[in-house]
Amino acid sequence: MNAHAPREAVLKMYAARPDIHPREVQGRFATLRWVGVWFTQLLFYGLPWLRLDGRQAVLFDLEARQFHLFGLTLWPQDFIYLAGLLIVCAYGLFVVTAVAGRVWCGYACPQTVYTEIFLWIERRIEGRRSARIRLDRQPWNAEKLGKRGAKHLAWAAVALWTGFTFVGYFTPIRVLGHELATFTAGPWELFWVLFYGFATYGNAGWMREQVCKYMCPYARFQSAMFDRDTLVISYDAGRGEPRAAARGSAGAGAKGDCIDCGVCVQVCPTGIDIRNGLQYECIGCAACVDGCDGVMDKVGKPHGLIRYATENALAQHLTNAQVRRRILRPRVLGYAMVLAAIASVLIGSLLLRTPLKLDVIRDRGAMGREVEGGLIENVYRLQVMNTDGRAHRFRIEVHGLPSAAIADGQTIELAGASARAVPVRVRADPHAAHTGSNPIAFTVTATDDPATAVTEKAVFIVPR
Amino acid sequence: MSDFFNEFWGWYVAVITVLAIAGCAILLWSQSRQKLKLDKDGKLLDTTGHVWDEDLTELNTPMPRWWMGLFYLTIVFAVGYLVLYPGLGAYGGRLGWQSGAAYKAELKVADAAYGPLFDTYLRQDVRQVALDPQARAIGERLFLNYCAQCHGSDARGNKGYPNLTDDDWLYGGEPSAIKDTIMKGRHGVMPPMGAAVGSDRDVENVAHYVMSLSSAPADPIKVALGKGKFGACAGCHGMDAHGNQALGAPNLTDKVWLYGGSAETVMETIRKGRNNTMPAWGEFLGEGKVHVLTAYVYGLSHPAGVLAAAGAHAAPAPEVAAK
Repeated sequence: MNAHAPREAVLKMYAARPDIHPREVQGRFATLRWVGVWFTQLLFYGLPWLRLDGRQAVLFDLEARQFHLFGLTLWPQDFIYLAGLLIVCAYGLFVVTAVAGRVWCGYACPQTVYTEIFLWIERRIEGRRSARIRLDRQPWNAEKLGKRGAKHLAWAAVALWTGFTFVGYFTPIRVLGHELATFTAGPWELFWVLFYGFATYGNAGWMREQVCKYMCPYARFQSAMFDRDTLVISYDAGRGEPRAAARGSAGAGAKGDCIDCGVCVQVCPTGIDIRNGLQYECIGCAACVDGCDGVMDKVGKPHGLIRYATENALAQHLTNAQVRRRILRPRVLGYAMVLAAIASVLIGSLLLRTPLKLDVIRDRGAMGREVEGGLIENVYRLQVMNTDGRAHRFRIEVHGLPSAAIADGQTIELAGASARAVPVRVRADPHAAHTGSNPIAFTVTATDDPATAVTEKAVFIVPR
Repeated sequence: MSDFFNEFWGWYVAVITVLAIAGCAILLWSQSRQKLKLDKDGKLLDTTGHVWDEDLTELNTPMPRWWMGLFYLTIVFAVGYLVLYPGLGAYGGRLGWQSGAAYKAELKVADAAYGPLFDTYLRQDVRQVALDPQARAIGERLFLNYCAQCHGSDARGNKGYPNLTDDDWLYGGEPSAIKDTIMKGRHGVMPPMGAAVGSDRDVENVAHYVMSLSSAPADPIKVALGKGKFGACAGCHGMDAHGNQALGAPNLTDKVWLYGGSAETVMETIRKGRNNTMPAWGEFLGEGKVHVLTAYVYGLSHPAGVLAAAGAHAAPAPEVAAK
């Protein structure tokens, strides 16, 4: 039916990773990215070494189930704060992404930051882009072996230190350091140091942009936050086209600013050509902006052939002021309002939380028993947890039924940061309650601080 | 070793497992390249050819090659696992790993860690252990874990489960008797006595007599009539009805009732008898834990002051029992 007989070819379903040797770039955004690297890494490598009140200031003690964040100690029961923190992080990402695209990816994400560090090491040892490409192509000899060996050693050193630091958040880092130095670290500590070290080495040294392209879930769902007023790295096609190469054939009449030097492609860590428009691989690092600005300086043209711009700004030629005004659009305001609401609730509840936790478990063995005086007795187990650092004496009270009273005069002493199960007997007059279950409540109050009090609901059962 | 009752099933599972792994490898290999049509210009079609809603096409973008490596890695892992660990039919694996042995090894580690502490207590008299605040805390946790389901978190018992905080003991309240009870368990049986006592009226009369023994309100005529029939009960409870701890027969003259002291309940007890079991904990907990538990239970009816006065070697000032 067709004049051309359909020919066939073999498609490889799995493609080899293309070699990407990002070219070094300098400029405003490169500086900003290094600020990001220094800020996040000083924080990450430095925090576990800080001390407060005779202990590590930031320590997620899994064994004791206590998370220390400076003066704050969180318990497993405070897990809701982690959920809150994650929601705040998510909405923070939403706001930033709606305003300026993948800013997180480009400047602060560990994947970007460690790749930046590893690239820096690579440059120090193997040289600039052209030297690295040459080294890549040349056969294995002493020079290549030496350079590659030195690079991987340096990478491994950074990676191991990173793994060590990470584990140092979960087990006291000074002790861990001493154990590693004397070869007495436990098998699991050693395993996790090596595991996170290997993950850093593999991801920042070998996987790089593959992580962003194929593994990262955020990279994919961030596009849902984009709209036509989101700032993205854009090539101003209206100003750049036709390019120099095309100009040659089209004659001198057409004058696009793009000289087709290819710098924007060479500096790109994910190896794309930004002039093809917004692509899912673009992590928003603005290396191409810096690269192009440098070239524009040399050819005497204004900056901004590649720049942060919104789709609308390019299409409707909006001024910067107009673009800025559009930041306050419903989508951004909505994200920001939710973010502010959750953040304030989170901080408020953290500040106002009581350092006392209470769980009431009714004895399930029996409905209730009759004791002298015709009273009905129910037994409860109260799990009282003093999350304060100091010891307290606590008073246990019951209310909700007029005649309900605790059989033994109830005060208990609890050491700082400790928990205890306390059996409690409650007696009530069956004539003042109905047959079946009656709602009651227990209140535990610190005798030295009435504000430290927790109330928990329970049920008092009068058997038929 | 293997749980198969028939050798066939071991082979059946092994063959399916090997075929499945080989099948995965073949599928992966055969699907890593695909013959595709070229368009008119000789270009490879980069879509799957599926079109939805008139113009939505599906790209046929290749996956990264390292991803395929991960798939092959899972096959390598599966083979390595099946060689080392049990999984391939009835084959036990080169490491000889067994869940039961792993459990025992963990128990051994725990014993090595906590055994010395319990051994220390085991060498002490129960009365002395009962004075030790740490032992009491351990005992309380053991009690809440293993005993509270029946005896209640406060150890005051329920219907059919004795109160452990009073001075009334079915099998004796001496430390050795309590320890015996926990180690070996108890089986308390009262046979149905209706026929031995006589008619329904006789049963009612005996019930009233029994109630009168503990000064409960009872009908004097029935009490007088029932007293004559109590002989049937005296074999275990004794003529004076003070019970017999060797048999676990309760004292009927106190105000403590295991099943209830109303006329109906007592009559039911006489007519139908009672059958009750306390499980043995010796093998499960080990003597060390039972010893500490015994001290805790003994301490419930012997406040620290009483214990110390009774001559136990009271060393540290014991905290006042705050239950």
